[in-house]
Amino acid sequence: MAITREDVLHVARLARLEIPEGEVDRVRDELGAILEAVGKVAELDLSDVEPTSHPLAVVNAWGEDESRPSLSPEDALANAPDPEGGAFRVPAVGS
Amino acid sequence: MIETLRLTAEEAARLLESGEVSGDELAGAYVEAIGERDPDLHAYLHVVGEPGNGVPIALKDNITTRGVPTTAGSRILEGYVPVFDSTVATRVKEARLPLIGKTNLDEFAMGSSTENSAYGPSKNPWDPERVPGGSSGGTAAAVAGGLAPWGLGSDTGGSIKQPASLCGLVGLRPTYGTVSRYGIVAFASSLDQVGPITKTVRDCARLYGTIAGRDACDSTTVELQEPVAIPDGEDLKGLRIGIPKELNEAEGIEPGVSDAVAKAIKLAEDLGAEVGECRLPRSVDYGLACYYLVAPAEASSNLARYDGVRYGFRAAGDGDLTALYSRTRWEGFGPEPRRRILIGTYALSAGYYDAFYGQAQKVRTVIAQEHAAAFEDYDLLLSPTSPTVAFKIGEKAENPLAMYLSDLLTIPSNMAGLPGLSIPCGLSEGLPVGLQILGPQFSENLMFRAGHALEQVLAFDFVPERLRV
Repeated sequence: MAITREDVLHVARLARLEIPEGEVDRVRDELGAILEAVGKVAELDLSDVEPTSHPLAVVNAWGEDESRPSLSPEDALANAPDPEGGAFRVPAVGS
Repeated sequence: MIETLRLTAEEAARLLESGEVSGDELAGAYVEAIGERDPDLHAYLHVVGEPGNGVPIALKDNITTRGVPTTAGSRILEGYVPVFDSTVATRVKEARLPLIGKTNLDEFAMGSSTENSAYGPSKNPWDPERVPGGSSGGTAAAVAGGLAPWGLGSDTGGSIKQPASLCGLVGLRPTYGTVSRYGIVAFASSLDQVGPITKTVRDCARLYGTIAGRDACDSTTVELQEPVAIPDGEDLKGLRIGIPKELNEAEGIEPGVSDAVAKAIKLAEDLGAEVGECRLPRSVDYGLACYYLVAPAEASSNLARYDGVRYGFRAAGDGDLTALYSRTRWEGFGPEPRRRILIGTYALSAGYYDAFYGQAQKVRTVIAQEHAAAFEDYDLLLSPTSPTVAFKIGEKAENPLAMYLSDLLTIPSNMAGLPGLSIPCGLSEGLPVGLQILGPQFSENLMFRAGHALEQVLAFDFVPERLRV
């Protein structure tokens, strides 16, 4: 299936994946081959079939609205790459 | 001297109970065996060697364990030490099963060989030049290699059943919803299930009973309909067994695999089962395509959390927040997660959703309906688990589509939320062949009964030939 460089870059932007310039064509070819294979699902006429989201239909799995201990601030920051002042430090959102 | 290659969990429990062996001796025997054989097998990513007075266990490294590194086989979680236990790890602790260590897997459970692990592949104890299967290949290599009496893996497209098949072991993919996914590193939430990889069907039933059951932390779980029954019967009288033509005659099934499965089917008849052919007209033909749309789509959502902000790898360099995300994710994820995230994002994107993901959800309904129809006439279905025996390391690694075909026979029933038990049924060219037993939802006890009866007459020796004394 023919997908374009633009398609690849668009999807990569949606997925927050920065593909190095030199790899975009390779990724496009690879994705094209896979999409061709999975596009096979379009062969079937399923206009009167309902989609399945859940393999086991569970309805209304209720829980009591009780407050319980959660993660402490120490635990929450325990694996942080750049903790500061009880928060996760990150670069500015950008211009 | 504890012979870890041959020891089953059941025997280990008996030795502990009778006092013949102490908890420390038993745990120590596995640590020693790991020292001897794991440098070659690379089954483990992290060895704990926890002491205790229960049957030690290996856990796949996508199972969150508090205080013990959990990498999901990825660089993006290198150094991540969870601050909580998954429900499955909690239940294992409550059953007093000491943790031996965390086992290797294809990155984020995406793969069929462990060659997608960022930490290198595991080796098949039957032939270390071959893959142990995946994605739970580390657990399978550990159990088959005498480095654990039993272990837990996870199965999304066949990642318990297929490595069990390639390593001559028993593997259960449970009914969706019977084992909690809380604390399991998520890949595809409508498909992921944790389950046992063991040497015998009885061990499998026992371990399933330990981890199964509703969990308030996972609202997709349900209570078991009946308690787990440890099987001890010898016959299959009264059982109607279906042989789906499309699963058993699919293109790409090696002749040696077909032969071993045919012999097992004959044995089932000898044991009193009524065997007949059935059809799954579109489930096998469209199953792979359906899975490789649904699973990547769900993965693209689940893997969005890996952004370098709160845990795990963060890319170096300047730039704004978006650059941080994009660079972290490209550098932290390996090729297969990147591929699947991109496929999944594409399939869900505006303009393509209906044709790809929407259509795949409808194919899923068709697959469920075809299996339900088969189960109106039959109690269980049989097929090979994997089209091939263990392939050589490197043979399929460069060709994603070829690798995806490893799951051809395990995927259809998974899409329908159905359980599946793989038991070893023979050898082909010296390598194990797995028999896949499929049942309706909540039919684990029936699958255990059939698997155990067949196991007794098959008399498959689960110790790899090259490791026998």
